[in-house]
Amino acid sequence: MNGRIIGISGPTVSVELAGLRLYERVNVGRAGLMGEVVRLEKERAIVQVYESTRGLCVGEPVAGTGAQLTVRLGPGLLNQMFDGLQRPLAALREAQGPFILPGSGAGQALPSSVLHFEPNRRPGDTVADGDVVGYAQEGPFRHAVRAAGAAGRLLSIASGECASDVPVATLEDGRSITAWHEWPVRVPRPYRRKLSRFEPLVTGQRCIDFLFPLARGGSAIFPGGFGTGKTLLEQSIAKFADVDVVIYVGCGERGNEMAEMLDEFSVLSDPWSKRPLMSRTVVVVNTSNMPVAAREASIYTAVTLAEYYRDQGYHVLLLADSLSRWAEALREISSALEEMPGEEGYPTYLASRMAEFFARAGVVETLDGKTGSLTVLLSISPPGGDFTEPVTQACMRNTGAFFMLDTALAHRRHFPAIHWFQSFSLYEADVAAHLDRQVAPDWSALRLETRAVLQREESLREVAEIVGTEGLQDADRLLMRTAERIRREFLAQNAYTEDAFSTPEQTHARIRSILEAYREAAGRH
Amino acid sequence: MRLSRHSYSTLRSIQGPLVFVEQVLEARMGEVVTIVFPDGRETEGEVLRIERDTVLIQVVGESRGLDMDRTRIVFTDAVKRAPLSLAALNRVFSGSFRPLDGLPMFVPDRWVPVAGLPMNPVARARPQEMIETGFSTVDGLNTLVKGQKLPIFSCAGLPSREVAAGILEHARSTAATSGAMAASVVVFVALGLAHHEYAFYRQTLERMQGEFVAFINLAQDPVVERLLAPRFGLTVAEYLAFEHGRDVLVVITDMTNYCDALREVSTAREELPGRRGYPGYLYSDLASLYERAGRIKERHGSVTLLPVVTMPEDDITHPIPDLTGYITEGQIVLSREMHQRGIFPPVDVLPSLSRLMQQGIGKGRTREDHRALANALYMHYASGRDLRRLEAIVGREGMGEGDRHMLDFADAFEREIVHQGTERRSIDRTLDLSRALLVRFGLLAP
Repeated sequence: MNGRIIGISGPTVSVELAGLRLYERVNVGRAGLMGEVVRLEKERAIVQVYESTRGLCVGEPVAGTGAQLTVRLGPGLLNQMFDGLQRPLAALREAQGPFILPGSGAGQALPSSVLHFEPNRRPGDTVADGDVVGYAQEGPFRHAVRAAGAAGRLLSIASGECASDVPVATLEDGRSITAWHEWPVRVPRPYRRKLSRFEPLVTGQRCIDFLFPLARGGSAIFPGGFGTGKTLLEQSIAKFADVDVVIYVGCGERGNEMAEMLDEFSVLSDPWSKRPLMSRTVVVVNTSNMPVAAREASIYTAVTLAEYYRDQGYHVLLLADSLSRWAEALREISSALEEMPGEEGYPTYLASRMAEFFARAGVVETLDGKTGSLTVLLSISPPGGDFTEPVTQACMRNTGAFFMLDTALAHRRHFPAIHWFQSFSLYEADVAAHLDRQVAPDWSALRLETRAVLQREESLREVAEIVGTEGLQDADRLLMRTAERIRREFLAQNAYTEDAFSTPEQTHARIRSILEAYREAAGRH
Repeated sequence: MRLSRHSYSTLRSIQGPLVFVEQVLEARMGEVVTIVFPDGRETEGEVLRIERDTVLIQVVGESRGLDMDRTRIVFTDAVKRAPLSLAALNRVFSGSFRPLDGLPMFVPDRWVPVAGLPMNPVARARPQEMIETGFSTVDGLNTLVKGQKLPIFSCAGLPSREVAAGILEHARSTAATSGAMAASVVVFVALGLAHHEYAFYRQTLERMQGEFVAFINLAQDPVVERLLAPRFGLTVAEYLAFEHGRDVLVVITDMTNYCDALREVSTAREELPGRRGYPGYLYSDLASLYERAGRIKERHGSVTLLPVVTMPEDDITHPIPDLTGYITEGQIVLSREMHQRGIFPPVDVLPSLSRLMQQGIGKGRTREDHRALANALYMHYASGRDLRRLEAIVGREGMGEGDRHMLDFADAFEREIVHQGTERRSIDRTLDLSRALLVRFGLLAP
């Protein structure tokens, strides 16, 4: 099927081409830019182009592919870095040098690697569509390899070492089974059922683990103005979180920060498994100057990768920095499509798209009966630090935990700048019950005590603003000093020292010693 | 393929800097067109949008005098490119890359599209070599490194140009112990500058006696040129940095004029306005400039970007400083209050930040005690500043001795560390002064 371009506007082109389907992937122009059909009309189709449309000419050819935009799933994704369309960036750099050229990267395959395959079927066996034919090993991770869309009698099947880009089995009718399969990015992967159980997800950040705990399968957002340490917090959590696999999406953010992160991740190791950090991490990156439509897709690419590991029965953490850039990309495309705008120019379907996205988090029983979880952690960059804007508001309705990053705390260099009164976690009760059992029976009690001290300090501070600290009673001054210790020695954590990571046991010991000292001193008065 | 040049006189409408042309065959997105006035004058334009045979063109330069019948639009089949050559060094150009210094145009080695290409994130080298600016508030507390983009947030009437000029004159790489930054070049882009400001910068460039390339768009020059000039500047900077191994410092002043030009054009295009009337894609557009700063693995050279942003109404939450802050790696914030107290540079260190500081300082780079000193100064100064509010309510007499001590510390910090007048301080001197101050107030063991 071939057609031609009849109009170009920002990241969208209109094309004359019959027979296209909605969300079909198309190749645009002589350079073969990747695009996706987003609207069909009687005489034309509108295509969202994932690369820069600069230099594109009216009349250039457009070809449909008959397929949707997909992600390749299989062993070998870890330790890789992809752009928003899952093109491997290291291979791209080798092929084209330090700058990304439009068009030429389409269909760039992952470099071939060797994987270990362990069959559980033999030649001559009959397999049905979706049956597991064996297992491929990727480090400590075990991938079930399924006959996807192919059924029949096995002619041959590999065993032991084999190359990642050749089929692991062939059927008698000539079709083959590969360790890899394609999955449409916009379609959530299936599971047997969702479970509602909330076990703690330890992040290594005292403020989160102790005051606003996160649960596996949960979701959390942290909005904050610029300079409040969103990226730093997100990267710290990516380093230390107690999960099997981390998917990190740099969505519309800084290139230098990605370079910094890659640099650090390649030398650090996971504190839980002691293995190199990158060997549990997949990075999807679309920096702020990369094409805006691919930024919109990058979130979906990442969540599909995350679901794939969840489906193998692992605990997966998806971190996105930042969701606001995704929403802005949505707005930019919507405006190029001349859709009726909603609040602040965002399309009216912003909230429902976000709700759909948040719904992909959860603890599930997978199709083969294992338990896997997908936790979603998103940073948000509200314009002007104003939390009443549509993106923050839409997220707050859907999220399970909310860590508000405060500009005033950041200015005093208190990091992580999580505001202890404005933040919340809906997992608090569930998670605390676990930690009372696992760490120390007084975990919850200490938490209440800490809250009470901070709360009391807040009201004393108002008094002190009028009468001065000298005018306070001794007991109150002691409480204010304790609150200050809690803030400086417990809630604040320096991401550049060994203090960057704190186990639940260390967290507990530290807060207990502060509060014990307080009780003792208070007893003397 | 089409013939490389063809011309049309089929104008449908002219609105300010925008022209609609009909019955055009095969126009190209971003294509450069030549607009020929009825009187034979010529100016340039660029294709913004194409809908079948109707093309929307943005006129770069003056559109006064265009008419519907005799104006001709010539399509060139090429996107906007910048001419590149080392011969551009020490030259002054207009926002459209025409010589302003009376000398003839140089012969370019080659032409490169001005839009630039995104750098592959895995090809980026991590910025970690400190640039010594001579200002304690930057070097000691918000260290600038090669390949960083660090804007100066200023307010109308504050000496942002003196600060920018100070950095231009004094910037040195600490790696090379002798003299100015090794093989460094300044690319200076002026956007909508008043003439006296331009004269000031002109003198600074001459006094530096180093190599520079200047792109000058003054207040009376065409508005649309302001969208082009920074792209010329950055294309030249990338060429000097990544092909000739130079450390390039790009100063763009004033980005607020750039954003206002973008808003003007966007409104003329009848696009949906976002906050304060700026287009919804302001973030992506600014990122396409700012993100061009950086370093590349296995190559010499760096592009360091220092944009000057004047905050309208002194408001840091205004879309221009706000979106800039979300893209850049920190910001240096100038404060009116400091300026009124006679402090120069009037930097408010609390909202100032350098995100890439951690890598540029410490043992082997600056000094081992750098981080600890900076943290201590920040912490104590922040509490001193907090106490000033209390002082305003209860008065100094009503405060405890400890609190009064911290108030004095905050004052001394501003007088001795922030304020430095025309003195250029080395990083060692900055750290020595900081240590001495902390010791004097008993906040650090001698």
